[in-house]
Amino acid sequence: MSEQNTTIDQLNDQPNEQPNDNEQPGEQKSFVKRTISHGFFKFFVRRLFWLVITLFAAVSLNFFLPRLMPGDPISTLIARLAAGTDAELIRRTIEHFYYQFGLYQPVYVQFFTYIGNVIQGDLGQSFSQFPRPVSDIILSSLPYTLALMIPAIFVGWILGNVLGAVAAYVRKGFDKIMLPISLFITGIPAFGMAIILLTVFAVNLSWFPAGGAYPVVMIPSWSWSFFMGLLQHYHLPFWSMVLLAIGGQAIGMRSMSIYELNADYVKYSRYMGIKDRKIVGYVFRNAMLPQVTGLALQIGTFLSGALFVEIVFSYPGLGTTLMSAVSQNDYPLLSGLTLFIIIMVLVMVFLLDIFYAIIDPRVKASLVE
Amino acid sequence: MKSQLKQITRSSKFMTGFILIFVIVAFILIYPLFNPGNPLEMIGLGTFFRPGTYVSVYDSLNVQRTYTLRLPEAAANRIDGKLSYDDRESMRDWLIRYGEQEGVAGLTYEEIDTYDVHALLALWWEHYTTDVFIEGMITADRRLVARIDSRVERIFEDSDIILMMYNYETGEYEEFGVVTATDYVNIREVANTIWLPLGTDNFGRDVLKQLVSATGASLIMGLIAGVIATIIGLTFGLLSGYLGGIVDDILMFIFNLFTVIPGFILLVLISFAIGQEQRGMLTVAIVIGVTSWVWTARSVRSQVMSLRNRDHVNLSKLSGHSLPKILVRDVAPYIASYVVMAFILQVSTAILAEAALSMIGLGPMTTEQATLGLMMNWAMNFGAHLIGAWWAYIPVVLVIATVSFALNLMNTGLDQIFNPQLREG
Repeated sequence: MSEQNTTIDQLNDQPNEQPNDNEQPGEQKSFVKRTISHGFFKFFVRRLFWLVITLFAAVSLNFFLPRLMPGDPISTLIARLAAGTDAELIRRTIEHFYYQFGLYQPVYVQFFTYIGNVIQGDLGQSFSQFPRPVSDIILSSLPYTLALMIPAIFVGWILGNVLGAVAAYVRKGFDKIMLPISLFITGIPAFGMAIILLTVFAVNLSWFPAGGAYPVVMIPSWSWSFFMGLLQHYHLPFWSMVLLAIGGQAIGMRSMSIYELNADYVKYSRYMGIKDRKIVGYVFRNAMLPQVTGLALQIGTFLSGALFVEIVFSYPGLGTTLMSAVSQNDYPLLSGLTLFIIIMVLVMVFLLDIFYAIIDPRVKASLVE
Repeated sequence: MKSQLKQITRSSKFMTGFILIFVIVAFILIYPLFNPGNPLEMIGLGTFFRPGTYVSVYDSLNVQRTYTLRLPEAAANRIDGKLSYDDRESMRDWLIRYGEQEGVAGLTYEEIDTYDVHALLALWWEHYTTDVFIEGMITADRRLVARIDSRVERIFEDSDIILMMYNYETGEYEEFGVVTATDYVNIREVANTIWLPLGTDNFGRDVLKQLVSATGASLIMGLIAGVIATIIGLTFGLLSGYLGGIVDDILMFIFNLFTVIPGFILLVLISFAIGQEQRGMLTVAIVIGVTSWVWTARSVRSQVMSLRNRDHVNLSKLSGHSLPKILVRDVAPYIASYVVMAFILQVSTAILAEAALSMIGLGPMTTEQATLGLMMNWAMNFGAHLIGAWWAYIPVVLVIATVSFALNLMNTGLDQIFNPQLREG
């Protein structure tokens, strides 16, 4: 911790030390600024490079993992689709698909065709909603997932961090209650949380509707009543997500804040007689930064949580689409969804990394050197 | 080692978690002794029977002895039984909507008290009529009201019920007994009763019995997946942390890759590709283990990095010990506590992963054994959550949460022992 403090000090000291070299302060400032932006640019390029590599790895995994599994995908597929029809017909269908899907080509050719198609946004056609393109299905359900996930992460992150910091600061009674509750909440799987809220608030109390994204009788439009309907259906999935986010964030923030509260600068500030509230502000700021990285690592978990919350509330997002792809054996749709979800997570992590570099002075400092 | 064990037993968090797990495991082992038989036997013909004690009507009519009891509340309770709260609400709805007849004024919501049965019945007898055909009322509703009305007719009659039995010789019904309103049987003397504390599920199976065996199965799957994940993570972490250099770079690249790619999505992809036929419980456990090792690998790696240049390790190196020997004898003991902690977390995430996979229909395909996830899946598929059959899924969620809570508590307790800064007070 002390090491990090010195970096902060160095950063703060730099402009003060430099004027000894008889340079204009203004010029100096722009020099620092320029080096930071240059360093930032290099950092950005490095992260972008990493993003491209991970994207490539994700596409390859999505392509090769199912092919590593035993069994011939087409015959399994046909066996599922055409159970009961006569053997000759099945054989001819298999042959037809074999050529249509280009399976006679060597694997690497198939792989490059696949990558080419993915880059063009062509993920094939869905079986269950033939001939609708997979990308079309995904894009139509994406807004619901994003609308559910992003605000819930924000609200849950803020509430969780405040609770965690307070628990770390107060210790004693509040912490004794908070920690077990948070641990218990993180133990509840996403679908469990959703289903408990559904049972209590939708089925028993009838405060909110039990499923869907808007009233069944309505047609999506830009009207006030439709918006209210959307909002009414939004509550329960949203709060399940928030509760889930709070539990995990609070635990992480609590341990971070306890580390920070034991740091030397806190003791020093106390001896200086600085008000407790102000110290808590410092601690919160310092402990919050790692929590942003933590958020980047948890994005995947949050997203899969959102998928399950959607399934429970039959909210028409990616999760419900995934579920129907599984139950209808729609391989192109499922494969497209997994790829899309992985790409989405990678991009979100990338954006958070950049955001982190912008808000954390320590990272900025390391970029100047 | 001994002092560490002592510390562990003193950690209240660890012990709470440990005792919880112990109680659950003990229950799983002991319960089948008292309630033997196949947990997946379909005993109920019908879906989602409520929790409670089921008494055979046939056997209760054939008991040796009936008792006469005069209970003061009996008549009132009987009205409740004959006219449920839903029935009373239907009556009120009818009265408000159609109560206005020729010569009789309409009623408002406030005028009808569904808790006061006598007043409600008085209003009902005054207003209800079958003479007038009401337009716009669907047949189902009309029949429902008629059924309620016929029940209302006989509500205060406590007349005796005559029991008849078919005589195959004469081909006639013969009276063999009379049941009066004050007759009681002792439930212990009824030949067939069954207590279903959590009712039955959609297939008519005893939920509690199924839950106990499912918890056992899920714990075993969690252990298998946890062991696999720990072995892979430990191996990779040791190699990467100890060897450093190019091996570390390559392994670190793989770790970073699997950290950002959500494990659950990989799990879905692999499980779907394996296909239903091959997806047994063991396969699913292995797949979960194979996709969730990365956190163990990372934490082991960072620990090993700090150990790599310790004197005793260097000494071992100079003495010409082989790589596996150094890793096992000089490095592994120092990271044992972290590995145990990581293992506990792995088991907990594996149980959650199994439940999640089964929820979307990618769980183990088996008809012989229930798992927690499969129970959730069945309950969801049959809409238990929409018809208010809470007993089919809420206990399952609570068991999952409790197991995972207990494991997390054990982990936090250990963390506080090995990281003194986190300790309270």
